[in-house]
Amino acid sequence: MFQNIGELVILFWRTLTSLPLTWRQRQKVFDQLFEIGVASMLMVCVLSFFIGAVIALQTGPVLVERGLHSYVGGMVGYSIARELAPIMMGVLLAGRIGSAMTAEIGSMRVYQEVDALRTMNINPVHYLVLPRMVAMAIAVPMLVTLAILVGWVGGATVAATNHSIEISFQVFFHDLRNVVELGDVIHGVVKGFCFAILIGLVACHQGLVTRGGPRGIGRSVTKSVVNSIVLIIVFDYLITRLLQK
Amino acid sequence: MSDPEKKKGIDVTVRGLKKTFGKQEVLKGVDFEVKPGEIFVLMGPSGSGKSVLLRHIIGLEEPDAGEILIGGDSVESEGVMDKHHLAMVFQSGALLNSLTVGENVGLYLVEHRLKKPDEIKRIVTEQLDAVGLKDTESKMPSELSGGMKKRVAIARALVSEPELILYDEPTSELDPVSSVVVSQEIAKLNDRTGVTSIVVSHDRDLAFGIADRIAVIIDGHILAVGTPDEVRNNQEPAVRDFLHATIKRH
Repeated sequence: MFQNIGELVILFWRTLTSLPLTWRQRQKVFDQLFEIGVASMLMVCVLSFFIGAVIALQTGPVLVERGLHSYVGGMVGYSIARELAPIMMGVLLAGRIGSAMTAEIGSMRVYQEVDALRTMNINPVHYLVLPRMVAMAIAVPMLVTLAILVGWVGGATVAATNHSIEISFQVFFHDLRNVVELGDVIHGVVKGFCFAILIGLVACHQGLVTRGGPRGIGRSVTKSVVNSIVLIIVFDYLITRLLQK
Repeated sequence: MSDPEKKKGIDVTVRGLKKTFGKQEVLKGVDFEVKPGEIFVLMGPSGSGKSVLLRHIIGLEEPDAGEILIGGDSVESEGVMDKHHLAMVFQSGALLNSLTVGENVGLYLVEHRLKKPDEIKRIVTEQLDAVGLKDTESKMPSELSGGMKKRVAIARALVSEPELILYDEPTSELDPVSSVVVSQEIAKLNDRTGVTSIVVSHDRDLAFGIADRIAVIIDGHILAVGTPDEVRNNQEPAVRDFLHATIKRH
């Protein structure tokens, strides 16, 4: 485990020091941005709409029953912005994007494509890791912002249409604005950025250390997803502590 | 096979090379020298350490003991790849499956920004022509046969104008005709450019057909080195068994 952590730190440092080469790798960054961003948008919208909806459905009737109508919008908006949108996007992208990255780099490793790059004096960190990390760092915060907005709409829709809540769109968002500040959205976006780095780093690392043929690729993909989710949850706590008001 | 005009090759010296993976000692003190511009074939049965040795020469593995000198510079020293331009043709070809054939061949030039795009296109076409693969630039590696992939890999290796090319089992998994084509490509390339070539193979036809010198590695030791005739007449029992093995029925 300690060896893995050490290797992750070294890979992170090597990626950081290769950031000046990003412009040279811009085409690959755009390709990855499309893969991560555009291709994930529909899934992000569906997931976050229903997360917002279910939070409103769970908390709305309880709050209304106790006469706390004005807290529904704030409760849903605050929990989605600060916690649910970034963490659910993190888990979703670890499964969808992280696994694909590990599988792609892992198969390149197993079929000697990474060795071929090295023999051409092409650094795999510059060629494979940097474009993916930069694309993740750009796309995920945007996806988290989208998830927050769609999550709020999901919550508002349920609040307006469920007979045991019955709070209009206008009232829902008015109440939400009273509680949620721009800082709360930024809090969620910062978390999304950190999770993006974690997912990209773990996925690329697992890909680069893959050994042993197709079975090895499968093992690496599983480890990549599990390790990413564990790290997301641990870092979620740490970032929350760090950014606590 | 040697040509007086050859000037691009480089010498390789391997001294006391040892490597252990886990409990398995793969290389047990390997010594040999390769002269500039020659085709040096490393032969040996499967699992004898040939490919591991090749990976050490190009710097993909670090030895436990011993040293490898490329043109007098240690392969582990900084910048040796830039200085001497080494290239390797992998057993599978190791083409990048996400790139077209043309992009694979031009990858070195593009990534190192050595030429303008038009010039890269011209060089790619020339190199593909040279290995008999005209008009394949836009194909994907998955559309090629095994033999074609290896020839693309040779074209890719040539683009960097290497002083040393390493071939890992270039004729494995190929039909006899494709094996002959690839073997001839290696010999033609050596004649044309004078590059030093180290070929790992257990293909006796290839070895005795194109080699200037042959080394036989068995169980992590070099047991014979010499010209094809010298190796063919070697009296070491393990070498004789390997070189003269035939199928016996009843």
